[in-house]
Amino acid sequence: MTEKSFDPDIVSQIVARHSGRAELLLQVLHGVMDAIGWIPDDVIRQLANELNLSRADVHGVVSYYDDFRTSPPGKHVIKVCQAEACQAMGARELGQHIERSLGVAMHESTTEITLQPVYCLGNCACSPAVMIDNKTYGKVTLQRFDELVESLAGGR
Amino acid sequence: MASTRIFVPRETAAVSVGADEVAIEIARVSKSTDSSVTLVRNGSWGASWLEPLVEVEVDGQRIAYRNVSASDVADLFEAGLLAGAPHPKRLGPTNEIPYLIDQDRWTLFRCGLIEPLSVEGFRETGGFAGLEAALGMGSDAVIAAVTESGLRGRGGAGFPTGIKWRTAADASADQKYIACNADEGDSGTFSDRLLMEGDPMCLFEGMAIAGYAVGANKGYIYLRSEYPLTRRILERALDAARSAGWLGDNIQGSDFSFDIELHVGAGSYVCGEETAMLESLEGKRGIVRSKPPLPAISGLFGKPTIINNVITLASVPNILRLGAQRYAAYGNDRSKGTLPFQLAGNIKRGGVVEKAFGITLRELVEEWGGGTATGRPVKAVQVGGPLGAYIPASDFDTPLEYEAFAAIGGMLGHGGIVVFDDATDMAQQARFAMEFCAIESCGKCTPCRIGSTRGVEVIDRIVAGEQRQANEVLLRELCDTMEHASLCAMGGMTPYPVRSILKHFPEDFSR
Repeated sequence: MTEKSFDPDIVSQIVARHSGRAELLLQVLHGVMDAIGWIPDDVIRQLANELNLSRADVHGVVSYYDDFRTSPPGKHVIKVCQAEACQAMGARELGQHIERSLGVAMHESTTEITLQPVYCLGNCACSPAVMIDNKTYGKVTLQRFDELVESLAGGR
Repeated sequence: MASTRIFVPRETAAVSVGADEVAIEIARVSKSTDSSVTLVRNGSWGASWLEPLVEVEVDGQRIAYRNVSASDVADLFEAGLLAGAPHPKRLGPTNEIPYLIDQDRWTLFRCGLIEPLSVEGFRETGGFAGLEAALGMGSDAVIAAVTESGLRGRGGAGFPTGIKWRTAADASADQKYIACNADEGDSGTFSDRLLMEGDPMCLFEGMAIAGYAVGANKGYIYLRSEYPLTRRILERALDAARSAGWLGDNIQGSDFSFDIELHVGAGSYVCGEETAMLESLEGKRGIVRSKPPLPAISGLFGKPTIINNVITLASVPNILRLGAQRYAAYGNDRSKGTLPFQLAGNIKRGGVVEKAFGITLRELVEEWGGGTATGRPVKAVQVGGPLGAYIPASDFDTPLEYEAFAAIGGMLGHGGIVVFDDATDMAQQARFAMEFCAIESCGKCTPCRIGSTRGVEVIDRIVAGEQRQANEVLLRELCDTMEHASLCAMGGMTPYPVRSILKHFPEDFSR
């Protein structure tokens, strides 16, 4: 048996917090993401047991939604809006700049950074927009992005 | 000396350009200068281009300062901020700012005005008076009022709200639900978010009224996960409303019970489609269901379910408080009432402008929006999100109404208006429309799942100059197939932006 990369009790607590209701699977998975940062295979097995679902049910949901990752993310998760309102303000150039300057391609991770395109952060009057570790930033010029990343490095 | 109130919005756009840092700095400077200040975190008035918009209350009047950054705060205090003193960033009294006062603020009238988490502030501005009126008039009269108001679904489809409510009310079942669609996924739209962050209890009130009207005691808000700040505000506002007895069992001592559960989505655009949203609310993959049955007859867990957008539900309390006729007097003909238009993308003065239907694109983009942020000429405006048509300047005098937009091959959708300047490659935008559909398709029906990928390929061939004419015919046929054979609007309306570009900007495919 391999050593688990997470504490099963934490997962059970999350299930209990949602009263074991299978229809709250997405909310439970969000809880797992918050606690562990990703969804290990063993968690899928455990959730299937505790929510009385099949592993296929849980796996199907995990694989369907972009928010649920099945591998560990980098220390910081950067989501770059690539939708129309941001495109109109240079989101494509910003995306390329980010890939180049951080040396990470979209959808890829390093130990430091996970980079993801997103389609709308709802900050469309202050585009282009970027979300770093769940906080949204607006009017992100290339220079502003570089400053934000620098402050990340400083704060570590 | 009495404490001076300073308002700093806690709203995603304002926070995204530094409002939290401004609030922290105000707290620090007021302490170090021994000033007595009460910091109020209000919602946003919606003038995103002025954010962070800081207000100070002087003799009962709120004075606004625009685009305040943390580094301005010490300077502002020195200039006499607490007395509303002149400063280069001073705009004057908030209630004299033309961008705000020239609107028809029916649904968003509390946004910016009140402290969103305060039940008292909500009550003082007529909050829950619509629900009280509803409980006094009976469910049939509530549905009649909503029907008479002419309110149509503001999520995009424009279905008459009163008819939907009637259908669910007439369905007999042991359990019914109200499901609020807060999965505001269209690029260029953020009015749901503005309302939920600035006046969350207005949404709860609208949902409770809907519950009372159709006989449902349980409501769900399906909120997109891209709105983490909105989530925190909703959670706290739900707690506050429950504690004050406006949600839960026997609301305010009446026979009516209603409570709301908040569900957070997980990054799927198609979950904004109502039946995919139901699947997601049931904890499943967000796959579109075939219709019929209508959700109003068999929806969440197979029970009659009203699915309405945030703005639809939030428009209801005032209809009951002020009267259906007052609402119907806005707009015209079959597009009655108001819509919060969202000015976005490459625009100088972006934000939310709530106006009666009938205003033209030109008025919104040029007069309100001030043209592009880059200062270049406008090339096209995408109205109604990723599934909406790109409108060329020659159609800018079209009134913003459901029917007038349908007549030019477009749709109003959720009221998003995204401006592009003349440097835009429209063929690239057409390609993106197909690409977006390929990324977000739920995969249930073939035209959407496969057609979108084929669409990207065909557009690439046209742009590369390969058998241009033949491929253009193929692209049009593909658009027809997707429109007529897709299960939902995702595949069914992706052709709208593509066709509009073929029609108005054909030269961009060969540049």
